[in-house]
This record gives sequence, C-alpha cells and structure tokens, in this order.
Amino acid sequence: MLNLCSVTRKTVVDVLCGVVFQFPEYDNLYCKYCFVYGHDWAPTSGLEEGITQITCKGSQSSHKLIWNFPLETTFKSTNPSGWPQLVVSVYGPDVFGNDIVRGYGATHIPFTPGQHTRTIPMFVPEPTWRLQKFTSWLLGRRPEYTDPKVVAQGEGREVTRVRSQGFVTVSFHIMTKDMKKLGYDTGPSSPRNTQSATSGWSTEEQP
Amino acid sequence: GESLQQEEALLEPASRLQSLRDRDTVTRFDREVSIYPSLSVIVPLRVQPSSGRLTPSVLQVDPDRAGRHDVPLDLSTRVKFREAARRVRPKKQTNSFMYKSFEAYNFFTFNFEPDPQDGSERSSRKRKKLKKAATEEDRDREGGNEARDEEAPLVRDEEEDLFVIEQSSQDFLEVRKAEYVGYRKLIQRERESELFFTPSFRTVPTSIKLPENMKPRYLEDEGLYVGERPPVSLTNENILENRILKMEEKWFGDDGRIMALPDPIKESSTRPPLFHMEEDLDPALQTVYRKVRYTPTATLRSPPVFRSADPEGDYQLDVDVSGLIFSHHPLFSREHVLGARLAQLYDQYLTRQHNNLTGHLTDKLNGLRSALRNMLEIHGGQSLTQAINTRQLRDSEQEKDRTLLKNIVKVWKEIKALREFQKFTNTPYKLYLRRETVDQASDEQEYEDEIFAEVVELEAESEEDYQRKLAEYKKQLEEWKLSRRKQELSESEGPLEEGPPKPEPPEKPDFDSIEQRVREKASRIRRKPGESILIPELSASGNITASELCPKAEIARREDVARRSLFIKILYNDKEVSRTDSRSLNTDFRVHFGQIFNLKIVNCPQSINLQVFEEIGSSCSLLAQVFVPVPEPSVLTGGVPLEEFEFSSNQRVMFDHEGVGSDVPLSFEADGSNKQTLLTSGKLSCCVSWGIGEDDVPLAPPVSQQPGGMHSGLGRLDAVSYIGASGLYDMKKIGEWATQSRLDPNDPKNSSIMQLLKVASSGEVTAPEYFRLEQLQEEFNFVTDEELERSRRFRLLRLRNQEVAEFRNYKCVPALEREVTDKVFQDYEKRLKEGEIIDTKEHLDSHRALVAKYLQKIQESVINRFLLAKHHYLLSDLVVEEEIPSIGILGLNLFKLAEPKRPLKPQRKERKKVTAQNLSDGDIKLLINIIRAYDIPVRRPQMRPFVEVSFQRTVLQTTTADGPNPCWNEELQLPFSAPNGDYSTASLQSVKDEVFINIFDEVVYETGTDKDRGTTHTRAEKHWLGSVKIPFSTIYSQSRIDGTFKVNTPAVLLGYSKERSHGNSGGYDILRSLSEGAFITVFITIEPQLVPGESIREKFDSQEDERLLQASERFERDAAQGYPDRPCITTVIDLNGKTVFITRYIRPLNPPQELLDAYPNNPQEATGLVARFVSLIPSLPDRVSFSGACDLWSTCDQFLTLLAGDEEEHAVLLCNFFLSMGKKAWLIIGTAIPEGPTAYVLTFEQSRYLIWNPSSGQYYGQYDTFCPLQTVGCLVNADNVWFNVQEYASPMRMSFDTTKAKLWKPFFSRSFSHPGLSSVQPEELVYRRVDKAAATELQDRIEKILKEKIMEWRPRHPTRWNRYCTTTLKQFLPKLELSGGRDMAEGHRHELQSLLGDNRISGFPLHLPFSEIRPIIEAVYSTGVHNIQASNVEFALAVYVHPYPNNVLSVWVYLASLVRS
Repeated sequence: MLNLCSVTRKTVVDVLCGVVFQFPEYDNLYCKYCFVYGHDWAPTSGLEEGITQITCKGSQSSHKLIWNFPLETTFKSTNPSGWPQLVVSVYGPDVFGNDIVRGYGATHIPFTPGQHTRTIPMFVPEPTWRLQKFTSWLLGRRPEYTDPKVVAQGEGREVTRVRSQGFVTVSFHIMTKDMKKLGYDTGPSSPRNTQSATSGWSTEEQP
Repeated sequence: GESLQQEEALLEPASRLQSLRDRDTVTRFDREVSIYPSLSVIVPLRVQPSSGRLTPSVLQVDPDRAGRHDVPLDLSTRVKFREAARRVRPKKQTNSFMYKSFEAYNFFTFNFEPDPQDGSERSSRKRKKLKKAATEEDRDREGGNEARDEEAPLVRDEEEDLFVIEQSSQDFLEVRKAEYVGYRKLIQRERESELFFTPSFRTVPTSIKLPENMKPRYLEDEGLYVGERPPVSLTNENILENRILKMEEKWFGDDGRIMALPDPIKESSTRPPLFHMEEDLDPALQTVYRKVRYTPTATLRSPPVFRSADPEGDYQLDVDVSGLIFSHHPLFSREHVLGARLAQLYDQYLTRQHNNLTGHLTDKLNGLRSALRNMLEIHGGQSLTQAINTRQLRDSEQEKDRTLLKNIVKVWKEIKALREFQKFTNTPYKLYLRRETVDQASDEQEYEDEIFAEVVELEAESEEDYQRKLAEYKKQLEEWKLSRRKQELSESEGPLEEGPPKPEPPEKPDFDSIEQRVREKASRIRRKPGESILIPELSASGNITASELCPKAEIARREDVARRSLFIKILYNDKEVSRTDSRSLNTDFRVHFGQIFNLKIVNCPQSINLQVFEEIGSSCSLLAQVFVPVPEPSVLTGGVPLEEFEFSSNQRVMFDHEGVGSDVPLSFEADGSNKQTLLTSGKLSCCVSWGIGEDDVPLAPPVSQQPGGMHSGLGRLDAVSYIGASGLYDMKKIGEWATQSRLDPNDPKNSSIMQLLKVASSGEVTAPEYFRLEQLQEEFNFVTDEELERSRRFRLLRLRNQEVAEFRNYKCVPALEREVTDKVFQDYEKRLKEGEIIDTKEHLDSHRALVAKYLQKIQESVINRFLLAKHHYLLSDLVVEEEIPSIGILGLNLFKLAEPKRPLKPQRKERKKVTAQNLSDGDIKLLINIIRAYDIPVRRPQMRPFVEVSFQRTVLQTTTADGPNPCWNEELQLPFSAPNGDYSTASLQSVKDEVFINIFDEVVYETGTDKDRGTTHTRAEKHWLGSVKIPFSTIYSQSRIDGTFKVNTPAVLLGYSKERSHGNSGGYDILRSLSEGAFITVFITIEPQLVPGESIREKFDSQEDERLLQASERFERDAAQGYPDRPCITTVIDLNGKTVFITRYIRPLNPPQELLDAYPNNPQEATGLVARFVSLIPSLPDRVSFSGACDLWSTCDQFLTLLAGDEEEHAVLLCNFFLSMGKKAWLIIGTAIPEGPTAYVLTFEQSRYLIWNPSSGQYYGQYDTFCPLQTVGCLVNADNVWFNVQEYASPMRMSFDTTKAKLWKPFFSRSFSHPGLSSVQPEELVYRRVDKAAATELQDRIEKILKEKIMEWRPRHPTRWNRYCTTTLKQFLPKLELSGGRDMAEGHRHELQSLLGDNRISGFPLHLPFSEIRPIIEAVYSTGVHNIQASNVEFALAVYVHPYPNNVLSVWVYLASLVRS
C-alpha cells in the first residue's frame, strides 16, 4: 500500500530539557513520552515511545528539573489528518517512595519547519471522592489514565476530573519534506532553508 | 490684497474638491441620515462662474465629513493667513488694531459658510455682502489706503452686528476683480481656434431632445407627483443640454427636460449654531480640548444620543395618561361581564352605523348596475365581476349588521335575566330599542326589486359560465373525436392506446333554484319587508342596587373592588421615569388619571411603555404593559386626540366571592356548558406627543432623526386607523390598504411603504419560513457536493471515518486522487451489491442463504449499535483508580500474610493484561498445553498416539506417547494474527477461527529392509482418532481454558477398538455408555493476555414493567455480589433489541410429530431423538456473530426459522420440548467447558436429575465426572428463577431441590409474586415436512465439492477413487444415522473387511449438523486423510444427508483410504 502513494515526510528532532518550578517536594522525576498519530501516519525512524532518565533538582537553578533528553523521530504520511501529537507523562516518587504520576500532557507537533518551543500544561486525574483521595495518598496509588494516549484525544474525557500541575517545556526542531509537492504549504515564507538546530524541552510544574 | 487672493484661490479648489468627494458619497450618507438621527448640514456653496465650468450649484455636505475636511482646511488657512499677516504687518505699522488670528479666521470661515439659523435670507444677504466686498475691493485697488474710511457706512448698512475684523480686513488685503471672460468672447475665441467645442447657450427645441415622433409628456399635468427640481439657471441648463445633445447621451426625460433628482436642500438648516462672538462667553463654558476616546463597542451598543451641545436638543415628550377602562377584570361580576360585552357590541354597532358600509355598498352596487346596463346597451356582453364582488361585499356587511343587532338584543336579554335571577343590579346599562316604522308597500317593492336584480345577475353569470363550459366541452369533444379516429386507424397496427376519455357535456344551469337561493339568503341576512327598523340605544342611566340589599358574596366583591387601586408607571427606554398617582378602582371599573407628564429627553426615544399596576393594600402587582408607539415629530401636544390602547394579562385569578376571576372558565348557561375563559383586559387611554415650547416651538426632533422608517412612512397617512395597529406588520393588509387608498407611488413620502410593498409582493424577497442555522455554510463549501462525491480519495477517507468494516483500519490513504485505485472499493461495492444476490455456491441451500442474509442484517444493526455505545465512556474506562479497601479485604490481606508459604503448590499468577492497541502481527501467541488423554480407542498391538494442533493453518504436533491413556505434557505455541492486522477489541471478538486439537495414531509400516546396511525402511502413517475444536472467541473471552474435554471421536474407527471401562458395573447402562469416549486435558491461553471485550452497557428499552426490571436488576446485583463466579440471568435481549424477562421464554412446545412417532413405545429413545434433533440445528455462537456486543435470545420459532443459534436457544428449545413431553425440566444457567457461560437443560426423571447438553444432544447424570457443566448459577422455568446460594456450584456437590429456600433463592417469592408474565413463545410450532429430494440433491453436491477439494489438496499425487468401496460406505451411512452412531462399529468392520479383502483400509465417518459447506470442508481437512503419500492409495468418499423436519439436516461424510497390501 505504501509504495503506491507518494509520502509526506516530516522529521521531528526533539531535545528535551525539563524544568520544574515551585515544588520542593517534587523531585526525582522522570518522563514517559509517546506519539499519537492517525491512520495515515507511520513512523519511519526513531522510537515511538520512551522514557527519560530521572532528574533531580539542580543546585544552581534550584526549582528547575532539566532532562535535556533528545528524542528523534521521523514520520511519514499521506494525509495531514491525524497529525502526530506528543504525549508526555511525568512520574516521580511521593513521600512514601511510591512511584506516582505527576502529570499528563499532550501537544501537537508543530506544523512549520524550524525551531519551536511548546509549553505543555500538565494535569492529573482527580480521585472521585475525598476518602479516596486520602487512601490513594496513603497507599500511593493515585488515579491514572488507563492509557496516557487518551490525553491526546477528546473522546471520553468528559467523564474525568483533573487538576492542573505544572508545565513541561519541549523544544522542537522540525524538518519537513515534500509537503509542498503534495499541496500543503506549512512552511514559513521562505522555506528554502529549513534549518535544523538544537533545542530543548523543559518542564515546569505548578499546582 | 495679495493674501486674500491667495486665500480665495486656496479656498475655492478645496471646496470644489470637497464637493467632488462628497458627490460620490451622497447616496450612502443619505441613507445614513435616515437611519441615524444625526444632524446633517446642507451648505450652499457659491461657485464663481468665472471659469465657465459647469459645477453643481448645490452641494450637500455631510456634517461629519465636512467637519473632518474643515479641520485641515482651517489649519492651512490659518497658517496661510498668519503668513500673510506677517508679510503685511510691517507695511501697516500705523494700524492701531491688534488682530487676533482666530478672529481673522472667523471672518474667512464666515465668508464661505452660511449662517444656518437665518437660512436663505442670511445667505442672500451675505452674497450681497460679498458683492459689496468685491466692489470695495475694486475701490480698494484704486484708492489704496483710503478705502478704510469708506467702510463705515457699509457697516451701518448691514445694521446687524458685523464682526469687528470685517471692517478692517480689507486694510491689508489686496483685492482684485476676478478675471471674467464673457461667454460670447469664449465662443469667439473658440471659433478662432476651432479646437474646442463650446456649447451654445440657446434654448434647445424640445423636439430635438426627444426621440423622433414623440410628443412631450408632462407627468405633472397627468396628476403625478413630480419632485421639485433643483434650481439651475436657464443659461446653464441650456448649455448643459446642448452639450449632452452633442455627446448623444440619453439624459432627457419624457417631458424633454434633463432628468433631475428632487431638490436635496432641506427646508431648515440642521447645522448646530455657532456662538456669536459678542455674546460674552460664560467662563464656565470655556471649551477644553480632550482627546477623542473611541470605544467601538460603546458606539455599537448605545443608542444614538442627541448632540448635547445642541441647544435644540431639549426635546420634550408629553405623556398624557387619561385613564383606563377594564373590559374584563377579575373582580367583574357576571353582570359586569355581560355588560362589558353589551357595551362592546354597542360600540361596534355605533362605529358600523357611523361608517355605514352597507349603505355605501348598496349605493355603489346600484351605481354599478346602472353603469352596467348602459354598457350592455352599448357594447353588450361585459364581465360582471365588479358588480358581483360589490354585491358579495354588501351581502356580507348586511349579514354582519344583522347578526350584530341580534347579538345586542341577545346580550341585553341575558343581562335582564341575570338581574332578575340575582335580584340586584350591578351595572347601570340600559338598552332601549327604538322602532322606526316603514312603509310596508314601498319596502316590499324595494325588497322584490333587489331580489329580482340579483336573480337576473346570477342568471346572467351562470349563463355565461355555462357558455364557457360548453365551448370548452366542444373543444374537448373535437379532440376526443380526433383521437378516436386516429385510434381506429392505428388499431390494426398495434395495441389499443388509451385515448382521452369522452368529455361530459356541462349541465345547464338551473334558473329556478337561483331565485330560491337568493330568497333564502335575503331572508337570512336582510330585514323582512315591512318589519320596522330597530335602533338600539344604550344608556348608563340605570340604578345600581345599594350594597346593603345585596347578598353576602356580592358585598364581598364590592369591598374587594373598593380595596383596590391602580397606578401607571411610565417607562421611557425601559427606565421608569414617572408614575401616576394611585387611584382607587370604581365600581364601573373605570379609572381616571388625567395626568400629563412632560419628559425632557436626551436619548433617542425607542420605547415608551406604560405599566399598569394594581395595588391591594400595600402590595402591588403588575397587571399589564402597554407599549405606546413613539410619536411622529409632527405629532404635537394639543393637536392629538387621546388614543386607546388595549392591554391584557394572562394572570390567573380566582375568588371565592362573586368576582368571576381571570383565566377561569366561566359559563352563563344553567348546565355549565359553553364555557368561556376571560382574561383581564382593558383599554388604556393616553396619548404621547411632542411638547411645545414657550414660543410655540415644537420640542420635537427633526424628521430625519426619527427612527423606524416604516412608522414614519405610514404615520402621516391614515393607515393605522384603517387596518389597526396590529395590522402594521401584516404585509397583506398593508398592501390591500395601499391599493385601495391609491397611494401615489411617485410621492417620495410614500417611498418607504412602496418599497416595502415591492419587497413583499415580489416573490423572491419574501422571508423564508424556515430558520437556517448555518447560513454561512455555503461560504465554506470549497467544492460542490457532486465533486466531493466523485472524489475517490475523499470517499475512502469518509468510509474509514464511518468505520465501515472494509476500511476500518485502512492505513495510508494516498495523498493524491489519482493514486486511489478503484480496486480499493471493489470488495466493498461487491458486498453492497451482493446484499441482494444469494450466493448459492457458498450456501448450497437457498433457505440457509436467506437465513445467512438475515443474520447478517441483524448483526450489522447490532454492530452499529455497539459502535455507538463504544463511544460512551465511563470513568473506569479512562481512569484507573484504587477502590477503597473494605475491612473485609484488609482482613483477608492480613490473613494472607500469615498464610504458610507452599512452594510446592504453585498457583497461576494473574498476568498483566495488554490493551490491544499497540499490538502487531506476531506479538500474540496461543499457548496450548496438552497434558494427557484418557480412554482413546485402542489399536493392537501397540499404539503411538500424538496430538496435532492446527490453528489458522499453522499445524504443530506433540511427540508420540504410548498406550490408550497417554501423557504428553507439552506446550505448543501457535502464532496468532488478527484479520487485517486489526487488534482492536471488536476485531478480535469477531475472529471466527477455531483451534483444532486432533489426536492421531502414528502407524509405522515397514516398507522394506535394506539388507546390506541392516536398516529397515519405514513409512509412518497417521490415523485420526478424534478431535476437539475450540473457537478462538471462547479463548479470547475467557482468557484461559483449563479442563478435560470429551474428544469427538468418529462412530466407527476401522482397526480400533474401545477398551471398556471397568468397574462400577452397578451404574445405569446408559450412564456408563455415555461416559465412554475419549477425553483430553488441555490448558489453553493467549500470551500476552488480552483484555477481553467488555459487554455492552447500553440499556435496551423494554416493555417489561419498571418494577420488574428494577427487581431483576437488584436480584442480579445481589447475586453478583454474593457469588461473583455464578452466572445469573433474569432478563435477556430479544432479536428486536428489547429486554425481556427470561421466564417468558419457557413454555411447553410440541416437538415434530415424526420424532415422537419414531419410537412410540420407547419414550427414552424418543427423548434421545428429540435431543438429537435439537443438537442438529447448527450452532452459531452469537458472541462471534455479534462481536461480543450482547447475547441475543431468539424465540423458538425464530430459532427454527433461522436454523442457527447458540447454546441458549438450543437449551430453551430442548427444555420446551421436554416440558411438552411431560417431563420436569429446567433451564440451567451456568458455566461449562469449553463454552464458558452457557445454558443447559436439567430434567428430573426416575428420581434422578439428568443434565442435557443441548448443543451435542448428550446427557449426563448429576454425578458424572465428565459432565462439562462446571458451575450452576441459576435454574429457570416458566414460573420462576432460582439462584444457587449453596456452598458449591458444581452439579456433583449440590442439590437441585428448588423448594429449599436455603439452597435456592427464588426471584418471585411471597413478597414479590409472579405477575403472570405471558410467554413470548408461540403457542405451537409448525414444522415443515421432510424434503427428501432436496436432501439428495444436497448430498450429491457436497460429495462433488469434497471430491474436488481432496484432489485440490493433493496437487502432486493422483487421487483415485475406489467406486466399489464408496458404494459400500454409502449403504452403511444411513444405518449409522438410524442408530445415532452407536453400536455399529464391530459389524461394520467385519462387513467391510469381508468386502474389501486384502486392502488395508483406514477411515471413518464424520457427522455434522449442516449449516454451510465450509465447516464440512474444514472438518474433512482436519482429519488429514488426504495426506497419505503411498503411491497405490485409493480413496473412498461417501456423503449422506439425512433430512429431519423443518429442514434440519444431518450430514455424514465417510472418508476412507485404501492401500493395497
């Protein structure tokens, strides 16, 4: 099937660096990421999902957690529908040492080639009721999404209640290929020199 | 002098430029003016004719624009002036005046802008002044500095206060006469040059201006309104005309004059006045400059405000609230109601009398008649329509008059009756009827004349009608005849064509009846001849009975009336501005206020609202609101009559005294019939008008400021009085009025209404009767719908989005249209097409094809419903949350901690479940652990059984073991791939593949010995012993299958014998024989563990009682809580998707009579046969077909029609058969292996319980070890449902005595008794007869197909068929069917062996219920008989189809291989 269609190529070069703000108790966080994309998309290189290292707060930039984790993925597609989204979920230990989720977030990968920085607001699902909140805190089993990918879509979200919690900053370096050939002009005014450069993602977490 | 010239030169082009700029915006701002009541300024500008250029003499200037232009202009002039002054000043050092620049500026502006207040007079004066200035300038030039002295008398001349600066401005300005080139001179010059065309200024004769042979037409003379033309000097006009003539353009009207728009000059100037200089400005009024703050929202929202700087802005609205009269009030007594009605009718009578429409119409009719007569004399045969119309109008008016009079009399009679009845009077009304006698003879004469005239008219009319019809008839007849003739001609050629029917001649009018009709009508609507004319007169002079004499209820009412008082709030633009004094309610329900409120207003009036409040004690309530239209500016106080505005309120008021209340049905009849509901209503008389100032100046805004063009268009004409205020919004009425009042369409005053009517009458612009939500949709349609339809790519995307099965997970839709091939749609389109065509190849049997189609339809609808339901999410679908641990669980956990560890008894751990989303091919494996088998058929001397597992055409086998009870304990891993690589839950649930577990015996033959090397060549053959098949869907839904299964062994296995089980000979024969057979223990699971599809949560609608549904929900919930592993079903879903209570399915139903007749003396055999019949109906697990959406239960007749169903349907049918055979039978809802949750049948016979497996026809005793039924959840019969509350759920360890409440919890108990649920089953089942011929035909076809298939499977070897053997086998098969596949083996083997002699034969009969050909092929393939590689092999294939009633077919396939030894 694939050889039939000419293919939109789109390269995503991401470097992650995370910053966490104002949370003395949130430390040792790590981040899981995955891509969510439509039927017409296929990854051609790079990992679709992965996990970053655990990062601790630095001594100088006291409240930031920086991952500086590069992830590099290339997608191809025939259709802009189902444009890939990056889904990020941050985990870390709580006071009892249980690994719990600190936030979910998603963002569309930018359309235009070049360098972009996206700040993703993060949130976590709330327990259904107070007592559950307490027991989940006590047992270290906070409510989690059955699949982190649900944050990339709207369907079914209406039944959940969430609380916002911090931000993750991601910086993207996007390269596209043959988009114009297929009639999609996403580039800036002069797309001749699509420069690729370094970048970073950062996380900030706030209550 | 120079500077002024400069000044002029500067000013003139600027103003001209401005005028040009304004010209193109004239129309636009004209409209603006009419919409926004902003002040417009009309500035007549004088243009010097010196250049001979044609300039519009009148210019209209938008105030805003003018102002805007002015500013830079002013600035520039000012600068210029300063410069000039600077230049001049050194010259005029003697000048004693100090000139301020702004004064000078004022001077200049005043020169060129007229004073708005004094209008034309002032401007003319100014012109004069200018002229004077010009002459002076002349003089100035001549006389130099002396000119100043001569100025004094000039100022005096002006007598008005001229500005000081004016007197001296000439001092430093050099004024020169404008150079004027005379017209003649111009012409002369032109003649000299011959280059330019200079039009002549002579009058053009009209004949040239008009098209040839056309007389000038003067519209004004014809009585049409012609607007006032703007004044243009004759010379200019002539020049213009000449030029236009030369240019040959059409600019002349019918009257031969240049077409011109009406004079746009407003009557009065609207420019705000300027402050006069000499008036001492109040220091407080010093202007302060502030930057304009522009708030777009505010300007949009707030209503336009009158200029506050405008001294004329103090408008005044006078609201005169005179009083109100109630036409109904809750406190009305009955008599009041009637009185009000009487008064109303009388009012109506008076107005009618006043209008005297009847009289007018009668006169008109007479006039028309005489005119008609004259016309007839002259021309003859004219249309009568107008007379007819008038007559009809007159008649209806007459009828109305008469009914009105009748009604008045009737109401008066009712009042009298009521007064008599209640013995007091409440209202002062009295009606007198004055009689006017008439002359009997003349009256009669008139009457007769009238009737005669009408009859004559009607006769003429009907005669005319008749003639027309006759003519038509004749025409039709001609046509008919023509067609007849044609037919006759063409009769020989072809079939008869249906010609037009013969027309009927019209009936002759019946003149006698006309007169009768006319007389009838006359007697109905007209006064009888000689009857005196009645003239009613209503007076309010009657006495009202004093309160003391009235009954208590009436007194209460009167007191209530007295307690009430009313006042009116006046709301201007929805803000309360004033309110009247509160006046008490009189007994006659009239309130007089007589107050006039003067409202000084600043904001543009938008609404004037009068709210009527009623006060009782201290509380007051809003009765009604009256919206009063904003008056026309011409409506001034003093000249306006009071108007009456009706109001009403729909408040419901009821009293316990005589008051009738409001919105309460009320009847005047004795029997309470003919009820009326009266609402509080009344008339408020008030008037709103613009006030008049002290000096008789109307304090009204100018006309243009009035909002609402429609009102202003109509207000001046008497439209409101004609059609009523409410009719203003009825286009039809307005149109009617406009045509009748003969509005002048050319009068600009009527332009708004004419435009409105034009819009209303032309069909295109009529407002649509629908409301469009997405009126902008079209803007976003970037291609047409057809194009969108045609686009293959878009179609592909859309189908995928709709989750159509073929495209559900279609990957990578091509980016370009041309890359989408039609191939993609082939399957889909084929399926769509084949929906109609029955594929006989697949199904072999038309009936089954139909059923398959029907099932597919059900399946589709259920799947659609399922797909919908899939999008409904619960919290648990999205969020994993720990449940709050209950104390019990905590305790259990604690207990577990204390438990001793038992490493030698490992337990299977729950594995982590994997969502199907991120799976791909090869990820999923089927793990099959073959543990051991029991009692497999024995071959002497030594057998080597092994197990072969095939799944999705992957075949794996175990090693061989020894003996009849082999133990393998081997794990086999089979890869699994989902269809189309779709690993979603729905797709996995619909996987139809089955796992075949076949037991083979490996037979090794020595083919020869190689003596040289001392080795023997052997050839291994495998002989099929039996199989177990487990559908993948079962494994998927149960996630693991662990147990011992009965192996499905063929009835006859040539060369094998059954080792009799020893011991327990004390048991029943039947039971023992049943427990015979081979068994295999396996464990099957999927790795990784998949999340099974959850059952559908959608609530189906039901016709069951709500209470029953709730009870069943409770029952099921309790059961699930107490015993989570025991299935409990009380309600099921029928084929229509409705929830039905389960007991409705149980009802005794007759089995086919043939089956009962087969063994009349042996009920046990008959029972077996019935069970076999049921088991022969093909099984179709609906978990597969309905993709796990839900379990549908069909009734027995549906089941027999569909001939497909799952275990539940089989069980229900079997249970019903047993009940009808007089057995005690129950339905068991439980779990079994391998089916999982299923239904069995329990019977009670000979004091023991038998458990029947409905899909195999087998039965087991309660204590049978190999009974596949593992747990018993509940028992169901027609009356009740019992849930198993015993300690154990396996049939062996429990009691089936449902009477014991400790063991069985009944659904219907004493507290909730059985509501007598009727059955959903039919009363009786009707069976179709056995169709032997069809069975034979099918038999042949199956045989043919199988033979082809076997040859196909052996592509490298020739496949020979042994015909002799085949016939032998064929004869044997019916016997097998007869015996049910038992006890035939030995005899048959002997028979065969004797027949076939030295052939080594291996083979076996297969038995299947018939549904489709595919399962048969699969079964044959799985035996692997065709795999024999020996060169001299021959095959024998025999097929037998045994028909049972209702097209249930039992298929036997006997496949054998023969090797000549």
